Amino acid sequence: MSVAEETVGKPVMVESAPRQAQPAAVDVKDVAVRFRSKKRDVTALERIDLSVPMGEFVSLVGPSGCGKSTLLKLVAGLLKPSSGTVRLHGDPVTGPRHDIGYVFQRAALLEWRSARRNILLQAEMRGMPADRARRRADELIAMTGLRGFEEALPHELSGGMQQRVSLCRALLHEPPVLLMDEPFGALDALTREQMNIELRRIWRETGTTVLLVTHSIAEAVYLADRIVVMSARPGTITEVIEPGLPAERDYTETVGRPEFAHATARIRRLLGSAAPPPDAAE
Amino acid sequence: MSRQTPSTTAPVPGAPSGTGGPDTPARRAGPGAGERLAAAAERTWRPVALLAACLAAWWAVSAARLVEPYLVPSPGTTLQVVRDRAGYLLEHSWVTTYETLLGFAIAVVLGVLSAVLMVHSAELEKTLYPVLLFAQVIPKIAIAPLFVVWLGFGITPKIVVAVLIAFFPVVISMVTGLKSIDPEMLELSATMGAGPWRTFAKIRFPASLPHLFAGLKVAVTLAVTGAVVGEFVGANEGLGYVILQANGNLDTPMLFAGLLIMSLLGVVLFALVELAEKVLLPWHASRRADSVTTTL
Repeated sequence: MSVAEETVGKPVMVESAPRQAQPAAVDVKDVAVRFRSKKRDVTALERIDLSVPMGEFVSLVGPSGCGKSTLLKLVAGLLKPSSGTVRLHGDPVTGPRHDIGYVFQRAALLEWRSARRNILLQAEMRGMPADRARRRADELIAMTGLRGFEEALPHELSGGMQQRVSLCRALLHEPPVLLMDEPFGALDALTREQMNIELRRIWRETGTTVLLVTHSIAEAVYLADRIVVMSARPGTITEVIEPGLPAERDYTETVGRPEFAHATARIRRLLGSAAPPPDAAE
Repeated sequence: MSRQTPSTTAPVPGAPSGTGGPDTPARRAGPGAGERLAAAAERTWRPVALLAACLAAWWAVSAARLVEPYLVPSPGTTLQVVRDRAGYLLEHSWVTTYETLLGFAIAVVLGVLSAVLMVHSAELEKTLYPVLLFAQVIPKIAIAPLFVVWLGFGITPKIVVAVLIAFFPVVISMVTGLKSIDPEMLELSATMGAGPWRTFAKIRFPASLPHLFAGLKVAVTLAVTGAVVGEFVGANEGLGYVILQANGNLDTPMLFAGLLIMSLLGVVLFALVELAEKVLLPWHASRRADSVTTTL
């Protein structure tokens, strides 16, 4: 089948043409990570190949200890792979990268700084012009609904609000790539859903490439364009799932769609959490 | 990407779910003056009552002549001495205060610097730590006479003893503080492109201050002890000298007066460090409002 036929035969998404012209936002090629301890060698990741085009939202799911967080740290340049290469926008990653935003499970806020000054830490650390940083902080505070809480100290904020501050801090310098390591893991289910809806909206407004590590299958499917399912140690990519949900995603409506059910069921099966009981067949 | 979600889908964030959200402004408004006074009274009445009970016991023992007055003078006699010899006591208290504060200040500077160096380099830590430990385990009282031999009868040997005795808690608390930093915070700092100096100034150092203050509270009271020990060994001024003189003359009321003022000095300096902590680290103080001490 020629390229011409393919373009004619299939409805083409508008974004896909320019995407192919530029290098992938994140490109991981044949990466392995081995940790050496005195007792034994641990292979955390093996044969990882992943290419994320600019502006895509990718979720990483897998059992605990499968190296999802390690993969994020590789992309951020906080860890070096034992073999293989990691590229960000075409440049090989050799040390900590500054053109990313990072969000951890714990908000990791400085206790002595107000919400606003925690967000501005990003600007102070990288020497951003103060007035631009302030304007951007105002935008993000409005976007994440932190208005009215700018001067509150972290311990005066709820978990959800703290995580919003952390997200604003990660987005302050308008990074092309946002790495999120179980950002909503510590939140209650309802707050988590709200944060999912907000993150989806923020992602669509900013156009940032997002890599999200999560334990929640529903979160992974609702938010992402593609879901990378990983296996336990050594961590490898089992399957990449593209549920094909529409870009416009009302939460309740999306969760009720057959594509959503299909994708979550497939991920559950891959992760082994929905194995039919032995006596299911009568 | 210019696709825009209709604003109706944007929820009012946090409002229904935030546990600390809605009550925050109320908490920031703070309690009224009357409430604060009541809270202060609630906090202080127990220790004050205990102190009063001790004084009452002291008074009862001396009033009932259970112990000879030349061994334990009555509270009245002691206070009489404080009042009658106020000038003399004040003059000598000032000397001890001066030695204590100078010794404490030097101990803080040296202690913080050594801690920073030790955390900065593992090699330096391995080199310095045994020396510090050795310096700590030598009884200061045993080496104080040596300082008098070396440095004479002035205030220098007293300051040296105060520094030596106050130094250790400062180093230990600061090293603990600098090492207790959240590793994620350091990773975050690396992705922000900050150099080691900025990371230290904006994250590591402020994060270590609560630990440092715990050490400073111990150090300041020890500095008083250090100064007085220095005075015991050889001095012609200071509260240590006053006590030694009174002891030689079997002047127990003066001895008790000296002890009283010395304790008072320690308490006041401790309170000042605590006040400094509250002013400099309000975020920390407000988090542990319920407890009297932190790690001590």
